[in-house]
Formats: sequence, C-alpha cells, structure tokens
Amino acid sequence: MSVYGLTYKGIDQVKGPLVIMRGVPGAAYEEVVRIYSEDGREWFGQVLEAGRDKVVIQVLGDTEGLDSNAMVKFTGSTLKIPVSDEMLGRVFNGAGEPIDGGPKIRADDYRDINGAPINPAKRDYPDEFIETGISAIDGMLSLIRGQKLPIFSESGLPHNEVAAQVARQAVVPGKAERFSIVFAAVGLKYDDVLFFRRQFEEFGALSRSVLFLNLANDPVIERITTPRVALTAAEYLAFDLGMDVLVIITDMTNYCEALRELSSAREEVPSRKGYPGYMYSDLASIYERAGRIIGRPGSITFMPILTMPGGDLTHPIPDLTGYITEGQIFLDLDLHNRGIYPPINVLPSLSRLMKDGIGPGKTREDHKEVSDQLYAAYSQGTKARELVQIVGEAGLSPREKLYLEFARRFEREFVAQGFRERRSIEETLDIAWDILSILPEAELTRISEKTLNKFHPKRRIAAQAEGE
Amino acid sequence: MSELVYEGKGVIVHIKGPVVEAEGMRGAKIREVVYVGEEKLIGEIVRIEGDKAIIQVYEPTGGVKAGEPVERTGEPLSAELGPGLLGQVLDGLGRPLEVIAEKAGGPFITRGIKAPTLPRDKKWKWTPLVKPGDDVIAGDVLGTVPEGSVTHKIMLPPTIEKAKVIEVLPEGDYTIEEPVVVVEHIGGKEEVKMYHKWPVRTPRPFREKLAPVELLVTGQRVIDTFFPIVKGGTSAVPGGFGTGKTVTLHQISKWADADVVVYVGCGERGNEMTDLLHTFPKLVDPKSGRPLLDRSVLIANTSNMPVPAREASIFMGITYAEYYRDMGLHVVLTADSTSRWAEALRELSSRLEEIPSERGYPAYLPDYIASFYERAGRIKVQGRRDELGSVAVIGAVSPSGGDLNEPVTQHTMRYVGAFWALDKDLAFKRHFPSINWLRSFSKYTGGLREWWIKNTGHDMMAYRDKAMALLQRASSLEEVARVVGEAALSDENRLVLLSAELIKEGFLVQNAFHEVDTYCSPKKQALLLKTLLEFYDRARPMIDAGVPISRISEMKSLGLLRRLKFVPEEDFENAVKEAIAQLEAEISSLLAEVR
Repeated sequence: MSVYGLTYKGIDQVKGPLVIMRGVPGAAYEEVVRIYSEDGREWFGQVLEAGRDKVVIQVLGDTEGLDSNAMVKFTGSTLKIPVSDEMLGRVFNGAGEPIDGGPKIRADDYRDINGAPINPAKRDYPDEFIETGISAIDGMLSLIRGQKLPIFSESGLPHNEVAAQVARQAVVPGKAERFSIVFAAVGLKYDDVLFFRRQFEEFGALSRSVLFLNLANDPVIERITTPRVALTAAEYLAFDLGMDVLVIITDMTNYCEALRELSSAREEVPSRKGYPGYMYSDLASIYERAGRIIGRPGSITFMPILTMPGGDLTHPIPDLTGYITEGQIFLDLDLHNRGIYPPINVLPSLSRLMKDGIGPGKTREDHKEVSDQLYAAYSQGTKARELVQIVGEAGLSPREKLYLEFARRFEREFVAQGFRERRSIEETLDIAWDILSILPEAELTRISEKTLNKFHPKRRIAAQAEGE
Repeated sequence: MSELVYEGKGVIVHIKGPVVEAEGMRGAKIREVVYVGEEKLIGEIVRIEGDKAIIQVYEPTGGVKAGEPVERTGEPLSAELGPGLLGQVLDGLGRPLEVIAEKAGGPFITRGIKAPTLPRDKKWKWTPLVKPGDDVIAGDVLGTVPEGSVTHKIMLPPTIEKAKVIEVLPEGDYTIEEPVVVVEHIGGKEEVKMYHKWPVRTPRPFREKLAPVELLVTGQRVIDTFFPIVKGGTSAVPGGFGTGKTVTLHQISKWADADVVVYVGCGERGNEMTDLLHTFPKLVDPKSGRPLLDRSVLIANTSNMPVPAREASIFMGITYAEYYRDMGLHVVLTADSTSRWAEALRELSSRLEEIPSERGYPAYLPDYIASFYERAGRIKVQGRRDELGSVAVIGAVSPSGGDLNEPVTQHTMRYVGAFWALDKDLAFKRHFPSINWLRSFSKYTGGLREWWIKNTGHDMMAYRDKAMALLQRASSLEEVARVVGEAALSDENRLVLLSAELIKEGFLVQNAFHEVDTYCSPKKQALLLKTLLEFYDRARPMIDAGVPISRISEMKSLGLLRRLKFVPEEDFENAVKEAIAQLEAEISSLLAEVR
C-alpha cells in the first residue's frame, strides 16, 4: 500500500516543529509532505522517521495555527528544488521559492537539496590561486579555486565587509570570467542583507548572483534548508553550466543553533554544549560540497561566515568547522579596536590549500618563503609585545625591540588596507620584503640564500650597485 | 503485515536515518550483512529482538519506506583478500571508487552500487610452490604472484586448518576466480582461489606476538630521533585543527620504510584524499623505485560520505594490513582520524538509544579503541615458515576544542606506545611538525640505542638525551624570560636559549614541502644533531672569556648551521665540515677580540 499523492486527515501530536502521525504505513524517509489547515493555510515538511506505526514529520515554518484536523499530503518525493540559469539575478527564500515578486523559474531539472557526496576519486585537486587583492589573504592565506575557507568572526567585526570585498575583487589571474555569486543569509538581520545587496549592485554583480534569504524573523527551521538549497543551486551553476561560483553563507552560527533547537525537539542525546553529536557530519555534508570535479570546467569556492560565541575558538561551532574546512580566516577584536581593517589575525588563520596554489608560474617564486618568514617574525613580534606589558619597552633586548617594530609595521602596512583598495600579489609581496628588510639577515631563517639574493631589497640594491 | 514475509527476507517496519528496523528476520545473526529496501542498500545487523532485527545501513536511506524487503546474505561484513589490493582506492566498504564512478555514471556517489574490491578479469602470473601430495597447514604458501612492489604470497586460508594438496595449476596467468589449488581435508575437497574473504571485525590469526624492537624509519627528525615508533608499534597523533595531523600522517605514509602502507581517510576532507591520489602515483618509493601507489591501499570515506561506513572503514583497513603482514611483510596503517570513527560510533549508539556515557560516547568506547590498536604488532606468521611480519598503527586524534582530556584522546593514550602531541602555539609560529617535545612520549626509545649505533655509527640516544636536556632547560628559562624579559637573563642562560633555538630551527622544524627537507635519513639526522649540539659546547667557553651574547648570536655560521638541513644527502658531510670550520674561525676571531 502506498500513500503517494494520498492525503490523510488528522494528526496525532504537534511538538514544536514536529508533527507525529499514526496509521500512515508506507511513508518514505525524508519524503516531503504538505500540510493544510482547515482555514486554508499551508505548511511544508519532511519525514524524519518513517514507521509502519508512527511517522514523525519535521515542519518547515512556524507551526502556529496547526490543528489536529489538518490534512497531510504525501508527495512521494524528497525535497527538491528547480534549477536553471534563470536563477541568476533572482532572490529566493530558504525553501527555494522566489520572493522578489518575479515569476517561478523554468526548471531544467529538479535537484535533491541534500546533493550526493562527490566521489573523492573524481575530485580535481584545487591548485589555482585566486587573487582577492587583500594582502593578508593573498600573501599568507591564499584562497584557492574550489577551496572552502570560512571567516571566523565575532559580533561587531567587519566580516560582511571582508566577504563583500573578496566577492568584489576576486579573480583567477589569467581568466577573464568573473565569479558568479551564490549568497545565502541564514538568520540574518535585514540591514545586513541590504548591505550585501547594495554591494553586489554597486559592482554590477547582481545579474550574476543568486540570493537565498532567511532573515532573523523567518522560520528557524528553514535555516536548516537554506544552505543546502543555496549549494544545490551553486552545484548546478558550477558543475552543469561550468561557472566559477563563489558561495557566501552567513551566519553559520545561526544554522548550528537551529540544528540544536531541532535536535532538542527530537529529544536526542546532546553532545558538547547541547549541540547534537552528529553536528560534525551534518556540517560536513554542507562544507564538502565545495570543490572541483575532474573533466568539468566550473568550481565552487566556499566562504562561510560564522560568529564565534564569545570569541571562543574552541566553541563547538568554529571547532567542528575548522576540522572540516581547508583553513580559516580569523578576524580579531583587538586589531579591530586598534583601527586596523581588515582585522585579520594571521597567526590563528590558515589556508591548507595554499602550498599547491602558489609559487613560480602561479604567483611568485618567493611567495612561500616570504609567507613562512612573515608568520615566524610576526609571532616573535607579538611575543615581544606581550613582554612589553610586563617589563616595559625599556626592558627589551635590541632584538626584541626590532621584532616589536616589525609587528607594528606589519599590522599597519601589510595587513591594513582600504575597503576599496586592491593590491596585486606582486605589490603584496613587495610590501612584505620592505618590512622584512628591517630584520638582520641572520634572522630570516625561513628564506633560502637564492631567494634572498634575488628579492631582498638590500641585496638588490647591492647587486645593482655592482652592476653599475 | 505478516502476509508479506517470505523465506530469507524480512520487511522494513521503521526507518530513522541510518537505522532501520525489520521484521521477519528470525534466524538472522548479529553482524550479518543484509540488503535493505528495493534499492538493496548495504546494511549490517546490530541488534536482534525476537524476529525483529535492527540494521545499520551504510548508505543514505532517503526515500526508503516501511514495507520494503530486507534480504539476508548469511555473511558478516568481510574484506576480499587477494592480489589486486595494492594501488586501489576504496570506500569504507571496500568498493573501488573508480568502479563506483563508472557504475554511477558521474562524479557523485549514488546508492545501491555493488562493486567487488578485487578485479575479476585481471590475470596474475601464478608460480606454484606446492605439488600434489604435499601436506599443508593454514598459512603455508601455495604459490606466489607479483603484485605492485611486493611478491604476493597465496597462502592456505586460516579457515582450512590442514589439508593435502591434490591438484595444482601449472605456472601461468590466471584470474582470481580460477581455483589454482585443490586440497582435500576432513570436510572433503576444497578449491583454493587466489583470494578469500575474511570478516573485518575478527583479527587474523598468527603463531606468536613478539616485542617490537626495530625502528620504523619515517624520515621525520622529531619522530625518529625524539619520539620514535617501531615496526609493529602504535602511535597516536592528537591535535586541534590546523596543527598538522594530516600532513604528519601523509609524510609517514609517503616515507615510512615499510613494504605496504594502508591509509584510511576516515571522516576527513575530500580534497585531502584527492591530494594523496594526486601525489602517490608521482612519488617514487626509494626502496623499490616504483610509484608509492604500488605499495599502498587507500581507503577514502570522507566526512560527507555515510557515517556507518566510516565506522566500518577502520576495520576494513586493518584487515588488509594484517593480510599483508601474514605474508611476512612490514605494514604501516595510518588512520585519519580515529576521532571521526569514534564519533560515528557515538552517532550510531545514540540512534540505537543506548545509554550514553562520557560526552555522549557509549560506555564500550575504550574496548572499541583497544580492539583497533591491539591488532597492531610484530608477529611470527602462521604456517611452517620462520617469517616475521608487522603492522604498525598510527592514528590521528582530533580532540574537540583541542582539549586532550576528552574521552577519545584519553582512552587512546592508554593503548599506544608513542604519543605525538601537536601544539597549536607551535603551529601558529609555523613550527612544523608541531610536535610538542615536552608533552609527547615514546615508550620505544629504550630498545633503540643498539639500532642507531648499528645503522648510523652514532649513539643517537645519547644525543637525544643531551638535546632534550637543553630544550627542557630552555623551556624553564623562557618561563622566566616571559616575566623579566630576555635582556635580564645572564649571558650563560641566553646561550642556552640560543642553542635550543638552533635545535628547534635547525633540527625539529622540518618542511614537508621542501624537496630535500621532506625526508631526512637516519644517518643525516645523527650527524645533523651531533653538529648542532657542538655549537653549545664550543660557544660555552666564549661566555667565560667574556664575549657578549649579542656578538655570539650575530655569527654568520649560525645561519649556516640553521640551514644545514636543506643540504642534500650527498653534499651533507662536506657542508657540515665547512660550517664547523667557519664556526671555529669566527669563534677564534671573537676570542681574539676580547683578549
């Protein structure tokens, strides 16, 4: 017996976003249902547990007004959205329905929002440098085409600006085409959404972007579907239409909180801080959809934004994210308070795919060594700064004073730049050499003789003098 | 609903994620493999209640309905063991990813795909070693075939205790489905093919377990010298994200002096697996001169692939490792990450509504971890031959929040012989491998003094102790310097800091992506450490003579010493001599100045 297309009247129990029905044999796991109340209101949900005796449905949207006489229709299909190139330039809600007043899109295909895992043997290894024009990122945390690199931030920090600047400036050197943008707002304030829209409009990206909006006052449960719907659209644009897609999803913290809420409604055993034990796998099913595929031209580069509760890097949300993503861009309250934009603290930041995306033929041959040396030297500089708090600047050795000065110039000249300033990778590396050259050469242990000879400003001057 | 039940099949009554309940399953066995639903998804029975079976399904269950059939196979989850494993890239259930891609017709993994691990049509060059009339026992070698970089021994499977050979195929090319030997035993005649199946959760038998004593050379200085692992040993690599677990494991898989490497990517990033798949065919094994892939089995069950298969993948991997061990080979198994594996266990346990213990993990977590690490070891193989084989197990641990007190790290520590604690602060400084020398340990150092003397001519363990003492002294001095500033320390103490810094920069820091530095032979390690230690001994008299530390730290030869590690093996001895000569020259001129 099948209930396909069949409609049942009457539900047993409503518990938060969960609806429980009995006597509905043959409902399929993860099948989509539509629920109609007697006064004509409509909900839409998904089967969480399919049993001969009991069916549990998760309802998307607010369950207010749902009554025990509601009609439940089983659609026989899992949650799918229509996809086509008409999505570009449009705005949708978290369930993938247009909310910009425009017509429904003509579907080329319907895709399951959960996608399917990319076969690891069919992945193409990301190794193409994306120039974002931001020194801290390009020089020390290079973004690679097909990478997933989140921004770890805190409330009040300019993560939206950083993401918008990346979206505006990102190019793969040597490629004419710009990135298409898939933007998903998860539980965001309306003015944040407006900021992004204005930005996209300003640099003329609106016609090559797709927006999925779940605002702070939209149903919490739709936060679960929003990232998946957005990535389904991105997969289509990237792997069917061959576009390079930059996916920005903000704020993943709201997603995780929705997940926790749902888990607690389901009465599951919680793991750390009440988040469900499967949050790692759940986040992976989202983040791992980024990448490149052998034999297909497009790519998904993924930049999720999350705000760390209390700025705590060990909180389960940033912690589990960091274990899945290929690095992180860490925004720092202290740098922000000192007026540095972008306030990227490079020490806890990382790009795992950088090593294969930079170097001769891609960026410049000294890139890796310069980056390593900047890390080592800046870390010495911050150590010296801590020391100043205790012993005062007078108590420092000459070497420590030098590193202190290095850290200051590094933050002011290398990290700091304008919201509209775009630096090429050559400019970025030249600034780096300029700052590094205040250190004695014996301190530049991460840089080889060969590279020193070719790029160190003092040696270049010396070489020039000799030539003359 | 009982009218729907028929012989050998049950019906689904409930689906909740990867856990499916089926009725009409009387006679089913725990851990038996079943095919679930119309699409025949692979599952395993984890609990039996009367004629009900609780099944964990290895594939996504979306769209499965109550009332669909469940088909029994009568077999536990097993690994296919035979020629054709090396060079393979498999998922957590042992299905080749290339075959999955072919059958799925695209780059995404679809459901219900059946793909045997070993290729059925490939022919192998069989050389028999027995003849009709021979008596054989389990583990005896019946013949060999060349496979990748090893000679693959076809052995009498452990399931046949003893038998008499009655037929043997002559030398020639055969597929694994052809019976190459026919034996007769109490139970009657039995055909022996080049492959057999073995249940993954059962350790393979051996004659005797021996103490592991031989260094497993990894070419990673901080590991080989400071916290070594031995052939047949176990080690854990805990560290928060970004501390370099995966790179450490990749390095070991690439450079470890083993015959066979099994790499299990368990619940980790897809692109990391791709990285391995790209580099392994290109890198050449220094011992055999063949691509590294020829000695490797890669298992990829990435974080977005189904969770239950993640749980199975580790057992699948260790079974492959044991199989090659039984041929008398040295095998290294690296698992990244065992935490994801434990989390898969937690997830399944919670779906089964078991009572949780610490942090939601089931109470049997320690037994589970032990059941994996205890399958490592150095053993005398089965059969009538005097051969030793070993499986070394190296597991990454991903403690949540970087907290080493969490259950998986704590229970793992109890079962491993070496512990490489990765340190976030070192990683932030880009000091890689970020193995913290104060918090790591290795229980194997004691037995290795002989090995180093025999193989390098150096008493490396003495150097190690000396370097360790220096590092420890430096660490407590740093504590002081953090409060009073380095300038307030005596020059003598600052020399200790400088010398320790030299050991850190010149020896401990090793660049995995530098063509020379990525691998360092034991000989080079010994000479390098000896040379760097000499710096302190030679500089010490200068302090007494009144040379200021600032002058000592400016010596050009320090830069040379720091970069010695980048010198290729063949020029190394000369470079050492030059560096020492320059050091001596600088020292005497500094001494001359103060006199």
